[in-house]
Amino acid sequence: MNGVHDMGGMQCMGPVHHEANEPVFHSVWEGRVYAINRALGAWHKWNLDAWRYDIELLPPPDYLRMSYYEKWLAALENRVVKYGMVTKEELASGKPAPGSAKATPVFTEAMARVLQPRITAPSNDPSVAPLFQVGERVRARNINPLGHTRLPRYARGKTGKIVLDHGVFLFPDTNSQFLGEKRQHVYSVQFTARELWGENASPKDSVYLDMWDDYLEHTRS
Amino acid sequence: MADDKTTMDRRGFLKRAATGAMAAAVPSSVHSQHHDHDHQVVPSDPALRTKALESLLVEKGLVDQAALDALIDTFEHKVGPRSGAKVVARAWVDPKYKARLLSDAASAIAEIGLGNVAVGDHTLVLENTPKVHNLVVCTLCSCYPWSVLGLPPMWYKSTAYRSRAVIDPRGVLREFGLQLDEDVEVRVWDSTAELRYFVLPERPAGSENMSETELAELVTRDAMVGVAKVSMPAGGGKA
Repeated sequence: MNGVHDMGGMQCMGPVHHEANEPVFHSVWEGRVYAINRALGAWHKWNLDAWRYDIELLPPPDYLRMSYYEKWLAALENRVVKYGMVTKEELASGKPAPGSAKATPVFTEAMARVLQPRITAPSNDPSVAPLFQVGERVRARNINPLGHTRLPRYARGKTGKIVLDHGVFLFPDTNSQFLGEKRQHVYSVQFTARELWGENASPKDSVYLDMWDDYLEHTRS
Repeated sequence: MADDKTTMDRRGFLKRAATGAMAAAVPSSVHSQHHDHDHQVVPSDPALRTKALESLLVEKGLVDQAALDALIDTFEHKVGPRSGAKVVARAWVDPKYKARLLSDAASAIAEIGLGNVAVGDHTLVLENTPKVHNLVVCTLCSCYPWSVLGLPPMWYKSTAYRSRAVIDPRGVLREFGLQLDEDVEVRVWDSTAELRYFVLPERPAGSENMSETELAELVTRDAMVGVAKVSMPAGGGKA
């Protein structure tokens, strides 16, 4: 989806504001929102790609206006309803529906004390062959999928070089919509700054993007 | 009169914008003024909404309050850039460790250990040199090597950094006070997949006699994202 979240290359966002001695969370509620998001993930109702897509689906004016954790909160409220954990009525009233069954939390304090990174697919599956080789010149496909994608607009149609093969990962475009894992290789692809931004860019500079097989095509140039 | 018409038009525009695009140019004050009319499901104050949602989820048995407390404690006090700083300092004093770090970061970081946090499998370390400067960004969201650096700062998640780091890395670095020579190669790493990048900065000149522990104290989060260099303490520090 060509959404506002895909902002690489935009120039209207002003200077970068650096905050000295920044706290991890600026308000108590931000920490609670962060923790609730992580804890609910243990129910496996969604995956990381679907989780990211929920934030991308926020209306663009909200996406740009809201603070980082306001976005997390808004997407969380939508998500718990969407995945049937909470009804709209319960969200509005703040109370469980009368007579509704009570679950037992799957993410406990003991688990929180041994924190694991988010689970991603094993990256060294020999049964999935790479479609491209390190050193090969490739073009990022010019695709405009309506759902979630991790191929930014600024790289589409551009030519680069494969510098690393990271192994096998789930394909976010399908996994985000529960349409299959479609496991495939991910590569680090180097695009020169001039290829991406034109002649005024530094001839020395490059941008490296991680790209799935399905984002790439062979090129003769 | 003309103002009324403008307001009406804007209101209609905003209604459409809630499901469409192109409303970014509308002043945020106008938007928030009418926001509550469109969504009256929950109170607008995020603190109140969060409290209501948490108590609902606890009552339904979907989250465990003690687990939430433990998660917050971990991210506020246990995970953070001091972990990454230890890794960097070790790489500076031990060339063999540095070689392992650059070829298999997850194993090398695990040698040092991150307390109760497991290292992400797909961590990569990028080495800065006098001729190559690496910079990490996530243009699409906020991907960040949190297991070694903690949660990302606001600037990393900001629209300004996300949008400009790829098209104007040298300008962004200047805003951080870092002016790179023209002949330095800038490599920007956009974290579009599950790989998590962090930068091994250059060891500062004059730090030759410092211990590994002293060196770790010099290493900043910003240097490990690539928006700063590591410098000696003001006044020259310890010789």
